[in-house]
Amino acid sequence: MGKTNTEDYLRMYRQMVRIRTFEDNANQLYLSAKMPGLTHMYSGEEAVAVGLCEALTDTDRITSTHRGHGHCVAKGAAFREMFCELLGKAEGYCRGKGGSMHIADQSHGNLGANAIVGGSMGIATGSALRAKLLGQDDVTVCFFGDGATAQGLLYEVMNMAALWKLPVIYACENNGYSEYTRTDEIAAGSITARAEAFGIEAHQVDGQDVLAVNALARDLVARARKGEGPFFVELMTYRYHGHHVGDINREYYRSKDEEKDWKENRDPIIRFRAHLVSEGIATEEEIEAMNAEIEADAAEAVAYAEKAPYPPADEVDMHVYAD
Amino acid sequence: MRQITLSQAVNEAIAEEMRRDPAVFLMGEDVAEAGTPFKVLSGLVEEFGTARVIDTPISEPGFVGMAVGAAMTGARPIVDLMFGDFIYLVMDQLCNQAAKQHYMSGGKLTVPMVLRTNMGATRRSAAQHSQSLQALVAHIPGLKVAMPSSAYEAKGLMKTAIRDNNPVVIFEDKLMYQDKAEVPEEEYLIPFGEAHVKRAGRDITLIGTSSMVQVAEKAAALLAADGIEAEVIDPRTLVPLDEATLLESVRRTSRAIVIDEGHQSYGVTAEIASRLNEKAFYHLDAPVLRMGAMDVPVPFSPALEDLTVPTPEGVAEAARRLCGGEMIHAA
Repeated sequence: MGKTNTEDYLRMYRQMVRIRTFEDNANQLYLSAKMPGLTHMYSGEEAVAVGLCEALTDTDRITSTHRGHGHCVAKGAAFREMFCELLGKAEGYCRGKGGSMHIADQSHGNLGANAIVGGSMGIATGSALRAKLLGQDDVTVCFFGDGATAQGLLYEVMNMAALWKLPVIYACENNGYSEYTRTDEIAAGSITARAEAFGIEAHQVDGQDVLAVNALARDLVARARKGEGPFFVELMTYRYHGHHVGDINREYYRSKDEEKDWKENRDPIIRFRAHLVSEGIATEEEIEAMNAEIEADAAEAVAYAEKAPYPPADEVDMHVYAD
Repeated sequence: MRQITLSQAVNEAIAEEMRRDPAVFLMGEDVAEAGTPFKVLSGLVEEFGTARVIDTPISEPGFVGMAVGAAMTGARPIVDLMFGDFIYLVMDQLCNQAAKQHYMSGGKLTVPMVLRTNMGATRRSAAQHSQSLQALVAHIPGLKVAMPSSAYEAKGLMKTAIRDNNPVVIFEDKLMYQDKAEVPEEEYLIPFGEAHVKRAGRDITLIGTSSMVQVAEKAAALLAADGIEAEVIDPRTLVPLDEATLLESVRRTSRAIVIDEGHQSYGVTAEIASRLNEKAFYHLDAPVLRMGAMDVPVPFSPALEDLTVPTPEGVAEAARRLCGGEMIHAA
């Protein structure tokens, strides 16, 4: 186990725990009625965002979804600006104008979450077209869920991406549910076959195994950078919460036994933690210390965001048009 | 001064901007070798190559969405939407994505793109290739709307649109592509939000957009024969709108007709008339009239289609009644 791998592994573990911790705090803010509106939890899917984003640089772009906190953290965002945005505060990433479903973090290449299911597929593919047109070597990862494979836009842009060999990776997070409906009720046939029909190389990977996701991502990102794209990845994962934080009673569409099985036997953080310990990369004590530090960071950021000021009224009609 | 067609003016504007800025590129259906069905873009692919003049599949939401993403990350796309009627296909990309990125990101993201498309009936193209949908676009905060009324405006507005850091939709009238006007050889831009007084007059103000500027000018000529002096104003952009020039004129003439080829109800004419009523009420001697297209899908038969759009005779007749003191309710 080389030093570089050790650092990479610990950073991946840290990022997964940061996502889970962020979501636990966001859920608490909702439950205690401190957060305006609703939000969609990424808990359970951490290995997907982290495995992919750890293969990217800050100049690489991503587009995110309504379930986007995980992508945002994984791409390098800070807790403080994220919590401020969730609470509609002026110091948020979008000065409180976007909220949970529209966080964008330009400095780390996050082109933003999108509240239209599948709404950012054109944006991601256009970002890749720009890279090719202007001779830039960045890669764009387009995150979307299994539910978004029902949108026609995906097939239009995959066609163009394949025709023009664009450096884009379509990352389909298949968490088994399209809002409140089982995916097998809304998606006929194979999801990867949809991409293969356009001649796009497609892979399916265990989205609960951060090392498997990251190994595949590193390979595909390097190849996309060389002009061998586009690629398609279906990441098999699971959503621990409901469609949104208010979706509490969900036994009409999935059982508690199923949820229990994924949480106890396939959790990406528990699995990777065991791997780190068994490989001697970190001790239980070191991991506990890291978890505690992240929890303290989150608590500090939440406290800061709660006290932070709202945007002044004169910002309501600011940023409609750029200068 | 030389005269060129509106089509040549658009072509020149795009070519000049593509020479000036390597981030500018064109995409759309049949924009390269075909140069669009109206041949507006002919010759550009020969100069700039297929990397910057990109023929797309018939996937309007896809390529408009891609233009949004390219614009958000540093390119300056000009998207060609073959018919204005196809705007309905791209509403999510235009209104939910392009229009809102700057605001939703608190000013961090910008979408410097141009969507060039067209409008206008009486080409016998029936209900799905004849609509004038500028009001739909002008309704959405974050989008700008330009409506060139001649080759001169088409060139100057297009160049300004390409340099603007916001999504701009330009509607060209399909029937005007071969119309010639004086266009200087030397470079010029037309700023957005500056109306142009095409004809001065003291009795009534005729505000027309795009092709309706010609209708208003012809109506003004008819009225002159009756001793009525009509002022004709072309707002040139709907968003931003040069309210000051319109108000100054109407406060002077005390009467106004607003003419636009979009449907009359809930349309461009309604918006402008409403602003004049709100801000020039005490100067008015008559209600501000709206003259838009009839509220029917555009019919195919020439006998019917010609009835649906404002005409110079219709505008002149309405103006005579307003100037004669009739408080008419509809034209």
